[in-house]
Amino acid sequence: MPNRTIRVWRGNQEGGKFEEYTVEVGEGVVVLDVIHLAQAEHANDLAVRWNCKAGKCGSCSMEINGKPKLGCMTRVSDYGPDEVITVQPMKTFPVIKDLVTDVSWNYRQNERIKPFTPRPRDADGQWRMTTEDVERVQEFRKCIECFLCQNTCHVLRDHDKRDQFVGPRFMIRLAQLDMHPLDVEDRIPAAKEEYGTGYCNITRCCTEVCPEHINITDNGIIPMKERVVDRYYDPIAMIARKLFGGK
Amino acid sequence: MLDINEIQTITHDVIVVGAGGAGLRAAIECSRQGLDCGVVCKSLLGKAHTVMAEGGAAAALGNVDSRDNWKIHFRDTMRGGKFLNQWRMAELHAKQAPDRIRELEEWGAVFDRTKDGLIAQRNFGGHRYPRLAHTGDRTGLELIRTLQDKGVHSGLSVHMECTVLDLLKDGDRIAGMVGYWRETGRFVIFRAKAIIFATGGGGKGWRITSNSWEYTGDGQGMAYRAGAELMDMEFCQFHPTGMVWPPSVRGILVTEGVRGEGGILKNSEGKRFMYNYIPDRFKAETADTEEEAARWLAGDKNARRPPELLTRDVVARAIVQEVKAGRGSTNGGAYLDIGSQRPAEYIKKKLPSMYHQFKELAEVDITKEPMQVGPTFHYMMGGIRVDADSQMTKVPGLFACGECAAGLHGANRLGGNSLSDLLVFGRLAGVGAKEFIDANSDLPAVDHEQAKRIIRSATDILNREDGENPYVIHEALRDVNQDCVGIYRTAEGLAEGVEKQRELAARAKNVKAYGTSQYNAGWHEALDLPNLFCISEAIARSALMREESRGGHTRVDFEGERAEWSKVNIICYQGDNGEMIVEKVERGPEPEHLSKIARATLEELEGSNA
Ligand SMILES: Cc1cc2nc3c(=O)[nH]c(=O)nc-3n(C[C@H](O)[C@H](O)[C@H](O)COP(=O)(O)OP(=O)(O)OC[C@H]3O[C@@H](n4cnc5c(N)ncnc54)[C@H](O)[C@@H]3O)c2cc1C
Ligand code: SF4
Ligand code: SF4
Ligand code: FES
Repeated sequence: MPNRTIRVWRGNQEGGKFEEYTVEVGEGVVVLDVIHLAQAEHANDLAVRWNCKAGKCGSCSMEINGKPKLGCMTRVSDYGPDEVITVQPMKTFPVIKDLVTDVSWNYRQNERIKPFTPRPRDADGQWRMTTEDVERVQEFRKCIECFLCQNTCHVLRDHDKRDQFVGPRFMIRLAQLDMHPLDVEDRIPAAKEEYGTGYCNITRCCTEVCPEHINITDNGIIPMKERVVDRYYDPIAMIARKLFGGK
Repeated sequence: MLDINEIQTITHDVIVVGAGGAGLRAAIECSRQGLDCGVVCKSLLGKAHTVMAEGGAAAALGNVDSRDNWKIHFRDTMRGGKFLNQWRMAELHAKQAPDRIRELEEWGAVFDRTKDGLIAQRNFGGHRYPRLAHTGDRTGLELIRTLQDKGVHSGLSVHMECTVLDLLKDGDRIAGMVGYWRETGRFVIFRAKAIIFATGGGGKGWRITSNSWEYTGDGQGMAYRAGAELMDMEFCQFHPTGMVWPPSVRGILVTEGVRGEGGILKNSEGKRFMYNYIPDRFKAETADTEEEAARWLAGDKNARRPPELLTRDVVARAIVQEVKAGRGSTNGGAYLDIGSQRPAEYIKKKLPSMYHQFKELAEVDITKEPMQVGPTFHYMMGGIRVDADSQMTKVPGLFACGECAAGLHGANRLGGNSLSDLLVFGRLAGVGAKEFIDANSDLPAVDHEQAKRIIRSATDILNREDGENPYVIHEALRDVNQDCVGIYRTAEGLAEGVEKQRELAARAKNVKAYGTSQYNAGWHEALDLPNLFCISEAIARSALMREESRGGHTRVDFEGERAEWSKVNIICYQGDNGEMIVEKVERGPEPEHLSKIARATLEELEGSNA
């Protein structure tokens, strides 16, 4: 079996440096496998998060050769045979140890979003929704909360606007609730005032890194921005709402 | 000197260990009943094993085929479990599952729809009718995210990335537990009036498994050491379709939904071999020609189901037989082909993550080429023995639900019955804990000596000068279990397995982890070992005792089901000298009203929801 060298950032909040590990790898291995081999053979105390190893849980987010990716879905064969693979923790979140970062800020954003509030059931106790309506929402519900989009969005990464903008992950959570065929809560005022919809300037960097291929910007954020605009800056819509009520 | 008073203490009325489907559903119920509830989990919230579930959650909603009802679901579950299930649990499950699914919808879950706009249901092995509510092939994600979002607004306190090491007792009663924060390695004492375990399974003890690192049998091991009983441990589900190539993904699951959506199994000669493996009990209900199977796929309600949808134990053994007979696929499995059965667009829509998984990990386009699949350790039917109504274990104040508990599935679990199990029994465990706390409202005392012992044995691993590498021991155990306690078992193999497990367990007493206690994977690995050894021994010794083949337990030296073994379950508990005691317990007489349903013909049950 061929050897493979991987450079892993090792350290904690006080600082750190890259360490190189060389391990023998089999066919079809992914970057997470190589990290695990290094852990078992050379560095038992190397910290990395993972669970499913199949791109389903969103635990193994990291930056591989500078690109935000899931370690378990990135094949080593994507890199040239002599190319050194460098992995480091997500930059936007405070590092805890090695590849593990403190993502608790994201959980706090989720708590800020008002819970799902459904309309009453139909007379026979059922809820009916069309496949078409459901599919629009399901696209966003595919999100595995890897937070790679949050890590990439420059509003959070470079401008550190974490107090003002909930980030792409929670924009689509909001869009998902807003477009949910059963939800009756009016979410537009909060989208504008509390969650910072206006901070996004549609660079689409989040969409590019999403391992679930969710069209975050075009299907989620832009429609939410439009709804905010319609509500606050469109006089006809404003009058209509006054007259007829509703979302 | 270790001073317990200096260790962080967290107190709640009730603490749920585990944040998968069962744990979150239990916690939501506890909050709803007005209890102050804490949740402890090893990973981040939303990452528990449940997130990986693919195919769906079984409930007799009758949305797709109105002939379905709880009795038929109950009958399927008992027959799938080869009549070793706890009757009452199977009854509660079948009756309550539909309400639990509808409740998820109320909390925001978005299932796939029928043409009429209702929750769609798909076919799965062993289920007579299309019964699995699903969201594409990522139903577990839908379930866990819904419960997580509901939980966030139910006032739960979630303690993430915290591993519980062992339980504390006050006399007979549960008093709390000791854990450590993975991030810092610091210890924490939890105190509560009741504790609910929802810690999942233990597949990490096997070489080839669909399970993640979390699955080290912690709940079973801790409950056992605290005096609870384990039951049905010999019944291990080897899912027939795990990936076999490339080696690094060996064992990762290929959902049964592939077969539910029409996928067929072929051997290297291109033959649909499952027609040769239909057990007598299912002959009357299974298609015996490809023509009939094709009609079934086209939606003919009078056609019988194809043999690919027989229960998992049957399909897994068939694949092993084919490979042994030299008719395996190039990488030693069987071919699973959906590309020739359904249009590419349909496959991508109904099985998106399977499409993705094969494309990215194996460079196989499943709409065009067959997948290669083989058995993988998937699920433990056995686990902590509980009371069927309250979910309480033998230890007062300790409850268990979800995969870590035993009883619902008997000798073999039907696909889709786990997700519904989590919801039904998660909720019931919450109700049970509330009743217990109402009757026992004082906070039990913590015995410092017990806590010290637990902490010392954990720090010893870091402090000793030198010792074995925990990874090496774990890897060796996986090989022993794979070889000696696998799908096909013999008395000699099992005895050898028990012997080798003992040798490794002795070596494991002397493992050493290097580095500090902060997020130290080697230390974590070492701390999981005692639980893995506990379930490994329980499984091997129960399997050695059960001299017959039934469901997920196959003895080459004792073929077929034996009547005398249908009357007993096997339990394991810790004897006074610390050794494991394995013994049979009588199942008692069958409840007449349930026995009648389980043994009725389908015609007698169709359309009767009374
Ligand atoms: C790939 C795959 C696909 C599946 N598909 C289906 C399906 O389609 N339908 C179906 O019905 N079933 C399916 N199953 C089975 C089903 O998903 C599991 O049985 C079920 O999710 C288990 O849920 P649980 O709540 O019992 O435990 P889990 O979801 O596994 O949660 C266990 C929790 O306990 C915590 N924990 C464990 N030990 C400790 C400790 N010592 N200290 C603190 N916390 C601890 C973990 O961190 C975790 O939060 C599938 C399983 C797999 C692996
Ligand atoms: S599109 Fe908006 S949310 Fe996405 S990365 Fe750009 S600024 Fe951030
Ligand atoms: S939207 Fe995509 S990138 Fe962002 S957290 Fe979800 S899955 Fe990850
Ligand atoms: S380990 Fe689950 S997404 Fe990588």
